[in-house]
Amino acid sequence: MAAISESVKEMKGFKLHLIKTGKYKTNTFIWKMKAPLTFEDVTIRALLPYVLQSNTKTFPSKALLSSYLDDLYGATLYVDLAKKGEYHIISFVLEVANEKFLADSVPLTRKAVELLADILTNPNVNGNSFDRETVDNEKRTMKQRIRSIYDDKIKYANFRLIEEMCKDEPYALHVYGKIDEVDAITPEQLYEYYKKCFAEDEMDLYIVGDIDEEETELLVDEFFAFPERLPRKAEATRSINREVQEIKEVQEIHQGKLNLGFRTNILYGEPDYFPLQVLNGIYGGFSHSKLFTNVREKNSLAYYVASRLESHKGLMIVMSGIDSKNYGKTVDIIKEQMEAVKKGDFSVEELEQTKAVIKNQLMETLDSPRGTVEILYHNVISDKNITFDEWLQQVDATTRDDIMRAAAKIQLDTIYFLTGTEEGKNEKNQV
Amino acid sequence: MKKIKFEPLHEELYYEKLSNGLSVYVLPKDGFHKTYATFTTKYGSIDNHFTPIGSAGFIRVPDGIAHFLEHKLFEKEDGDVFQKFSRQGASANAFTSFTRTAYLFSSTSHVEKNLETLLDFVQEPYFTDQTVEKEKGIIAQEIRMYDDNPDWRLYFGMIKNLYEKHPVRIDIAGTVESISAITKDMLYTCYNTFYHPSNMVLFIVGPVEPEKIFALVKTNQAKKSFAEPPEIKRKFPSEKPEAYKTKDTVAMNVQTPKCLVGIKALPGDDSGKEMLKRELAVNVLLDMLFGKSSKNYENLYNDGLVDDTFFYDFTQEQGFGFAMIGGDTKNPDELERRIKDILFSAREQKPFSDTELKRAIRKKTGFFLRALNSPEYIANQFTRYVLNDMNLFDVVPVLGTIRMEDIEKIGGELLRGEKMSTFQIVPANMGQKW
Repeated sequence: MAAISESVKEMKGFKLHLIKTGKYKTNTFIWKMKAPLTFEDVTIRALLPYVLQSNTKTFPSKALLSSYLDDLYGATLYVDLAKKGEYHIISFVLEVANEKFLADSVPLTRKAVELLADILTNPNVNGNSFDRETVDNEKRTMKQRIRSIYDDKIKYANFRLIEEMCKDEPYALHVYGKIDEVDAITPEQLYEYYKKCFAEDEMDLYIVGDIDEEETELLVDEFFAFPERLPRKAEATRSINREVQEIKEVQEIHQGKLNLGFRTNILYGEPDYFPLQVLNGIYGGFSHSKLFTNVREKNSLAYYVASRLESHKGLMIVMSGIDSKNYGKTVDIIKEQMEAVKKGDFSVEELEQTKAVIKNQLMETLDSPRGTVEILYHNVISDKNITFDEWLQQVDATTRDDIMRAAAKIQLDTIYFLTGTEEGKNEKNQV
Repeated sequence: MKKIKFEPLHEELYYEKLSNGLSVYVLPKDGFHKTYATFTTKYGSIDNHFTPIGSAGFIRVPDGIAHFLEHKLFEKEDGDVFQKFSRQGASANAFTSFTRTAYLFSSTSHVEKNLETLLDFVQEPYFTDQTVEKEKGIIAQEIRMYDDNPDWRLYFGMIKNLYEKHPVRIDIAGTVESISAITKDMLYTCYNTFYHPSNMVLFIVGPVEPEKIFALVKTNQAKKSFAEPPEIKRKFPSEKPEAYKTKDTVAMNVQTPKCLVGIKALPGDDSGKEMLKRELAVNVLLDMLFGKSSKNYENLYNDGLVDDTFFYDFTQEQGFGFAMIGGDTKNPDELERRIKDILFSAREQKPFSDTELKRAIRKKTGFFLRALNSPEYIANQFTRYVLNDMNLFDVVPVLGTIRMEDIEKIGGELLRGEKMSTFQIVPANMGQKW
């Protein structure tokens, strides 16, 4: 039996994905919009979903919209921005209780679809402009959101590595956009951009829960209709060959944040992609991996050290927090362990346990509505059609040779170190 | 094995207390792939003053030792338990809170083997001088990581402001200095005192057959011998109901200031449903005052004083409790004043309508249903409730009993200036741009 049952329907201007399952107490609606990530649009695109989720013509204030959500048995609505390869993806996530677990039976599914349509297609617009006050509030919050990246040093180091590593590529951009472009956005421009998105973006609606497929399709069709479009494709930018760059930045912090960026030169859906997944697991993805064992357990250099893949961009990122004085030693170990993987220096046991853990992780992802959708959406981003079961089989079939072939393509690109001063000296002592 | 049905939720819980005192709960979840199991001891960072097993006198142990012990249980003579779990396709982890230490795994295959591994690694300690020393460097980096995290500093800064003596004010991981004093003998003393099965709860949730799980656990436990259950005596300093400090500010390398207003909420002696009702009532009160649908939140947002980091939260355990409200703000003093105004006027003016109360209760009900999608939430919260003699599945029925009088009563008790405190984080070097 397939692990996920997904049925996909072509609707008016978007695709509907129905994932029927009885295991949740809620029904989840995820609306995704995909467009190329660009220097010109990144900031305005980041602002749009936050303005749309603030209020609508029907519920013209945050408080009114939130009250309505609360009345629908604490329905939750949030938006999310993601960067997947060369694409900038907006998600609206609405989750409502399944009425069968409630004392009074309210038609929550219908109300949820209606509300989602209200948010997406009935925004608080006057003439050719979004409501000015709403836009001003969201611009202020967005600047705040961008500033806060600086305050979380782990996130900041990760962002800075990517920024340096992918300089001149759109991927260097932060999903939240650029702070110095926020002020200039007008409510009129935003409305223009809104119309463009709903005319041109690739759009997908996922519904996960205990639903009747035919009824739900009719219901969705009743509320959503957009013009047909051909999704815009982004050019993949490939790796540039260059010397490894080493970047150091000093801040008043207690712990150095060490991030290394590798170019894998392998994208999701390519033949070496599944071997790359296993490789990442052997190298740094888990608590049995080489990085954890050698950097943390054998040398006590770090509390966290891990590697992860940016599947649609072809990157592998290692991140760790260390004492600044241990920079050289830690970098050496991280490099040595990559060399070990490249040479095929890993045991059958390491290979087998990594496969077991990856398969487990994939299966576990299917136990949340959000996780299920993220897995399925890989195929939309990459325009491939890899089933979940194929994914499991390919991981299982991976051999040492496959891994070494994938490893041969991996190049270290950038080492970024956010280094501390002595014990954060400038800081006022806490009493 | 006892079966308890929660009809409207379509859930069934199986329970048994084994002869060695271990409480075992199994909640079958059809349709799920993963099984999630937690093995929890009622022993956390606050338990630093107690009579060790076999001894009459009280001892005081170094700050951070419960968390240190948690790390060290993963290391065995034949290697690291993480390795074993991953061979069996599981991911394992653990956490230490103020009052609990929990060990856990999740896996979609080999569930029985993994469950044995969980029971065995927690019940077979192996500490040596060498492995204890080695861990100090790792935990020092964990502490440094938190030192750089402004939200963590804000949260703990607030607890230290509210509590003068109670060990809840101690950082869970301790300090680099305090952990340097930890020895293997101290770890054994803490272990032997607090890891007796009678002080522990095992919770398993997933696509499992309860009969099989109980049989496995019983066979496993029958192979091990345990001392008579120790009577654990813990000592806590008495704490006055007023906040220890009214205000504190720390400068850090951040761009945006942060401000929290905290309320000290020493619990009464109640437990069970009374305690649950109190907890839910405070949550409902905070929701009505500061929830996204409240006029207060809308005003704070429109005035540019809060953004999407704004939060409110209530924590209570036996012996301590606190509420917190705040987040990032451009003007921490103004936000402090506004939050306090809202709290004081709620106490004086009885500002809520029945519609608002009904809405807040509905919202909580929905939150609870959503949370039941998560095996992690069920296992962790159920265990927390059990250790306080409460029942997670009472949440919806008890919510239904909350009346305006309950809200007004709890508001009258808590929303008092002398129980409040403020903690702020401000940028150390304003003007730095990136």
